[in-house]
Amino acid sequence: MMNDQIMIDINHVSKQYRLGAIGGTTLKEELQSRMARIRGRDDPNLKIDQKGLIKNEKFWALNDINFQVKKGEAVGIIGHNGAGKSTLLKLLSRVTAPTEGTIGLNGRIAAMLEVGTGFHPELTGRENIYMNGAILGMTKMEIDKKLEDIIEFSEVRQFIDTPVKRYSSGMYVKLAFSVAAHLDAEIMIMDEVLAVGDMKFQQKCLGKMGDEADNAGKTILYVSHNMSTIRQLCARCIVLKKGKIIFDGDVEKAIRLYLDFDTEEFKTKYDLLKTIRPSTYHGSLFKVTKFEFVGKQEAIYFSNEPLIYQINWEAYANLKNLQIYFSIKDLDDGQSVGMTQSEIFADVNTGEKGVAIFTFNISNLVEGRYFFEIDIFSQNEFGNFTSYDHPSQAIIFQVIDEKGLKIINWQKKYWGKIRLNKMQCLSIDKICD
Amino acid sequence: MKSEEFQIMIRPTTGWFDLHLKEVFHYKDLILLLVKRNFISQYKQTVLGPAWAIIQPLFTTVVFTFIFGNVAGLARCGEVPPFLFYMSGNIAWGYFAGSLTGTANTFIGNSSIMGKVYFPRLVMPISTVLTQFISFFIQFFLFFIIYIIYLFIPEYHMEISPAILLFPVLILQMAMLGLGFGVIVSALTTKYRDLAMLVTFGMQLWMYLTPVAYSLSLFNGSILQKIILINPMTSVIETFRYVLLGTEAGSLNWLYFGFSWLSTIVVLLIGIILFSKVEKTFMDTI
Repeated sequence: MMNDQIMIDINHVSKQYRLGAIGGTTLKEELQSRMARIRGRDDPNLKIDQKGLIKNEKFWALNDINFQVKKGEAVGIIGHNGAGKSTLLKLLSRVTAPTEGTIGLNGRIAAMLEVGTGFHPELTGRENIYMNGAILGMTKMEIDKKLEDIIEFSEVRQFIDTPVKRYSSGMYVKLAFSVAAHLDAEIMIMDEVLAVGDMKFQQKCLGKMGDEADNAGKTILYVSHNMSTIRQLCARCIVLKKGKIIFDGDVEKAIRLYLDFDTEEFKTKYDLLKTIRPSTYHGSLFKVTKFEFVGKQEAIYFSNEPLIYQINWEAYANLKNLQIYFSIKDLDDGQSVGMTQSEIFADVNTGEKGVAIFTFNISNLVEGRYFFEIDIFSQNEFGNFTSYDHPSQAIIFQVIDEKGLKIINWQKKYWGKIRLNKMQCLSIDKICD
Repeated sequence: MKSEEFQIMIRPTTGWFDLHLKEVFHYKDLILLLVKRNFISQYKQTVLGPAWAIIQPLFTTVVFTFIFGNVAGLARCGEVPPFLFYMSGNIAWGYFAGSLTGTANTFIGNSSIMGKVYFPRLVMPISTVLTQFISFFIQFFLFFIIYIIYLFIPEYHMEISPAILLFPVLILQMAMLGLGFGVIVSALTTKYRDLAMLVTFGMQLWMYLTPVAYSLSLFNGSILQKIILINPMTSVIETFRYVLLGTEAGSLNWLYFGFSWLSTIVVLLIGIILFSKVEKTFMDTI
């Protein structure tokens, strides 16, 4: 049930935060700054860098965001940490106000930014339903009417008169979600709320939300790192990067963009010299400059084929016991499939350069597309783990089942993404009476 | 679609008098639930429970009666029992001070929940003041019982003035004044934490500028009396004693009464305006 009524209108919205000492101004500094502004002089408390330029200590968490959401739409919002997702939701749920721009909303908002918001541990489940409902803007009468539905959906009827401090985290989520899902709000905002519940309940919630969007005409904004739930629920997806919208539209395209894939698929060579690293420490002592799948035109492998790759490296310090590892993830949902690590392959000295070739067996991976980010590390005798380099570049490859394998359609949903080793029959005896 | 057509508009800043008081009323059920929650959780896992609401003023009154009344001789209350004189002052001051210190903590104490979900923030301080009212009510009930006991002791004499009709007005005024000062402090503490420290001992000093531990008549004609009279709580306590215990214990001066109300309204108005200025973005600075 989608019509053209616009429920959310985000119009040139920006949000600025001050970096560093937030709220650390003293009354004296505040007065000094104000006086300077009145007299038209420079603020004496501005930080100035060496070049004499006024250093900008402000940080735009969101920068000129524009979009509209229509009634009945379920929109996913994805982006890496720090992209501005949570800030956007905070603005929409009116926890804080934008620095610039306006947001127009047509209807009540039910925001679930964290599990069990407003639950008080001393109160019972039933009392907390009322409490939580009231915080979300329901009146007592509205809650009375829905109380039965809420308890039924939450699956915690048995414990409804027990103080919630005795609840497990799963029960907490179930109850909290039930309250939010039954609120008569036209707009629902969800931030990773389902991450804690069990699979079965997650599916039930997604079903309920999808239903609300399709049949009840509710508008849903859903933030998650779990691509399969985004796929399941949303028909449109917005990708945020560094406070800006970089994509708005088709879910599949958005997910590919979010996972940072290059357009040339299954390429075999990666230049990692200038790739971003998670910290400045990474790549400062040891750097992987190139990665290459050896002996291939395209990074597509039969599962009985060994995967061989080569790295070019440079060392800027004396390091011992270097190893390499990576976690292989499914390209379709970003979820981890498994991890592989090498033996110790080198001790290196300052100024040295070289190449290293590795191979590993991919016969356990079922047909599909995978990616990984490599990591060079060492472990000392106490088991302490130090990571020296980690180029943040997704390296993609595809696995095709070897010919003649009996199972044709591997069902990932039920069987997982790893084919365990075959079973062996040790003996068979036929017993005759 | 034009912006006027939306039910809710979120803007960077609001006007000074954009107070959304109607919205607060819509959340009245939340206020009641919060009062219930505050009251229950306050006394949960205590042995004596709500009896604590009585114990505290009772012991303070005993100490005040002994130290300030008997030893220092600061209670000039004629035939009115000094115990009732001090108890009336104590429970009234306790209600005001409790409301003020309770609401002063609104933003910092509730930042975890306010950081996640929207509701009119004024709901929190209002529910704090109402919770304090329950304690006040319990204390007043005790006061009432002791009052009746004293009626049977012939050497004491109290009279309830016809101005007893002002009683609810006084309670309302204390609530408004406590709320007003409390929200001002809470709005300022989001930036300057120093104020939180000031409140605790500031309230003690303030009490000594209010005729709680002594009779105002002690200072008749002196400059000190004028200073004490500027304090809006002075009129409240004096009138409170006057309507319950009679002319020997307190007084009702319409001029000061009016002045005290005026300052109450001004303080509350400033408080609410400051509060709604801060509530939109305090999460960024806290």
